[in-house]
Amino acid sequence: MHELSVTEKILDIVLKHARVNHVRKVISITLIIGEMSDLENEWIQHYFDYLSKDTVAAGAVLKIEKVPIVLKCNLCGQTMEIRREEIGGTCCSGCGKAGDFSIISGREYYIKEMEAE
Amino acid sequence: MSSVKLIEVKEAIMSDNDAAANDLRKRLSREKTFLVNLMASPGAGKTSLLLRTLAALKPDFNMAVIEADIDSVVDAEKIAATGVPSVQLRTGGFCHLDAAMVVKGLEAIDTASANLVFIENVGNLVCPAEFDTGAAMDIMILSVPEGDDKPLKYPLMFSKCRALLVNKIDLLPYSDFDMILFKQRVYQINAGIRIFEVSCTSGEGITDWTEWLKQSVNRFLEKP
Ligand SMILES: Nc1nc2c(ncn2[C@@H]2O[C@H](COP(=O)(O)OP(=O)(O)O)[C@@H](O)[C@H]2O)c(=O)[nH]1
Ligand SMILES: [Mg+2]
Ligand SMILES: [Zn+2]
Repeated sequence: MHELSVTEKILDIVLKHARVNHVRKVISITLIIGEMSDLENEWIQHYFDYLSKDTVAAGAVLKIEKVPIVLKCNLCGQTMEIRREEIGGTCCSGCGKAGDFSIISGREYYIKEMEAE
Repeated sequence: MSSVKLIEVKEAIMSDNDAAANDLRKRLSREKTFLVNLMASPGAGKTSLLLRTLAALKPDFNMAVIEADIDSVVDAEKIAATGVPSVQLRTGGFCHLDAAMVVKGLEAIDTASANLVFIENVGNLVCPAEFDTGAAMDIMILSVPEGDDKPLKYPLMFSKCRALLVNKIDLLPYSDFDMILFKQRVYQINAGIRIFEVSCTSGEGITDWTEWLKQSVNRFLEKP
């Protein structure tokens, strides 16, 4: 799994912002992750605890906010939220057609904010 | 006592890799090298497809292959036997390639003369989806025995590829793979994707794929 290298990237970004903001200690970090991505909460925290030892981010809690998959019908403009298992199994709730959608959300992969002192 | 403050970060987790990938794409665009990132599960047919594709396009392009699949020493040998230069990347058990690793792999390739380079990415449908390699085109293989439900399990991968090769269609008569349902699932999260039904064993459907790729590469090479 790619959690280890992802965690390294998260830590790098967090430490950069900690420096700029003259932070003494990072308390929590909020990640925004779309439902299309796989990111195991448990592993991320585990790796983070390991990698952040001896930094201002040691002990920080990672919070993951999941963003649902939202499709927009290219024919009638209707948007709808679906679960992964529903991919391909749903028709547009506006016009009833099954074919032509754009992904509006569900691919998010970023750090939203951090609490620090 | 110090007070707790909220710091807005709003930064993509992959921002450094995304930047490296964009730099590489710009460089390869200047050097007129079309980089194709091939992703699939282990055993789906990445090496088999490369062998077919290299054979078909040998008269048209100056090609090279970056091998990154974990146990692909054999694959590298098979590719070498075609006469197309290949580089074996040491991924150290990594589950994916990132742009920096691709840059390293390209060092061993003469990109000034190569105009079509393939990456055989690590066999995995999850991790490579998150890492932009700097390729001009992402493509994937899904083989019939893997089942028609894979777009539900790995939506990100299916949503980011320009082309999808459904391989091992020679096995369709022995499987419950529902091609219509499968395509419906794929199109719902990627309306613009090109789907090719192929068999690397029998060669069925390969020409449709290689002709389409050839046109895509030519368009890229002819861009001013
Ligand atoms: N029946 C069938 N087998 C195939 C086809 N393409 C590849 N294979 C077999 O699938 C296995 C794995 O193929 P390979 O190209 O090494 O997959 P990779 O791990 O993705 O590089 C090999 O035994 C191939 O001979 C196909 O179209 N039909
Ligand atoms: Mg292989
Ligand atoms: Zn509609």
